[in-house]
Amino acid sequence: MHELSIANNILDIIRQHVPVDQFSLVKSIRLKIGDQAGVVVDSLEFSFSALTAESPLRGARLEVERIPFVVSCRQCGESAPSESGIVACPRCGSVETTIVSGTELRVTEIELLEPEPEGA
Amino acid sequence: MSVITIERKVLEKNDDLAARNRELFRRHGLFVINLVSSPGSGKTSILERTIEHLAGRVPVGVIEGDVQTDLDAQRIARLRVPVVQIVTNGGCHLDAKLVSDALERLSLDGLHLLIIENVGNLVCPAGYDLGEALKVVVASTTEGDDKPLKYPSMFLHASALIINKVDLLPYVNCHLAALKGNALRINPSLAVFETSCTTGQGIAVWADWLVKKVQAVPAPVVR
Repeated sequence: MHELSIANNILDIIRQHVPVDQFSLVKSIRLKIGDQAGVVVDSLEFSFSALTAESPLRGARLEVERIPFVVSCRQCGESAPSESGIVACPRCGSVETTIVSGTELRVTEIELLEPEPEGA
Repeated sequence: MSVITIERKVLEKNDDLAARNRELFRRHGLFVINLVSSPGSGKTSILERTIEHLAGRVPVGVIEGDVQTDLDAQRIARLRVPVVQIVTNGGCHLDAKLVSDALERLSLDGLHLLIIENVGNLVCPAGYDLGEALKVVVASTTEGDDKPLKYPSMFLHASALIINKVDLLPYVNCHLAALKGNALRINPSLAVFETSCTTGQGIAVWADWLVKKVQAVPAPVVR
């Protein structure tokens, strides 16, 4: 249920980058969300649409790119995705690894439609 | 069509406030832990035993987080340590703003250790930095030994794991070695402690580890 507060944070970021009179032009918000960021994307999309339903932002959609959880191994030198969030190297089993990606939660882009020409 | 490229962390507002909390803690020479777990694992009982063990050695303050009631703060207040309760009214986790507001009701002067007991929830608190030095996750034997695999984020972000209710091991379907092994597969750098708040087993080992951490904190800038 913390997806609701994450959705609120996304709204704050939109407000900081898009003038109020252009809210209805916002088409999509691109996000990068790691597989181990602890975010349920369906819940986030639901929360975001619930928060924007009655507002000029109601046309805006979240476009989420999932980032795989990847660890890099100092023993065998491999970097490999580790699906269940396990830090141990999926190749050689060593625990001497560092997390390369998969915990991020970032807004990367906001896409706006062109405004309708005056008098159109 | 136009695109605004921004690259911003969604929770940066929380992270900024957490950084301010952390700076405040640093100036007070405070060691701060964020105690997380599912509901009913024994966080408050561990706190009580830890405070009893540290009595006269380390001045402790406590911030309690719960969805409703100040029952936990009442329990801690009986031990005569400064405590404030945050009631989230449905919120599933503490955030840096709630902690920052609570700090206005708690004098940090003279404290060396601040323990923030988060809302019982093994998912949401993982993503919210409160300004703590480290997260400590509690897993109790009654929850079974597969919790680290099911909720990896929390174990990934923690620095220490307390396995609580070890006195119940003969009666529950939980294998200590499996629980420990699963947690260490998620996060090999976890410091692991085994405790029972009923028998007192392991409390001293955990509390002494905590004292070493507190003693390693540089002296306060203000007092």
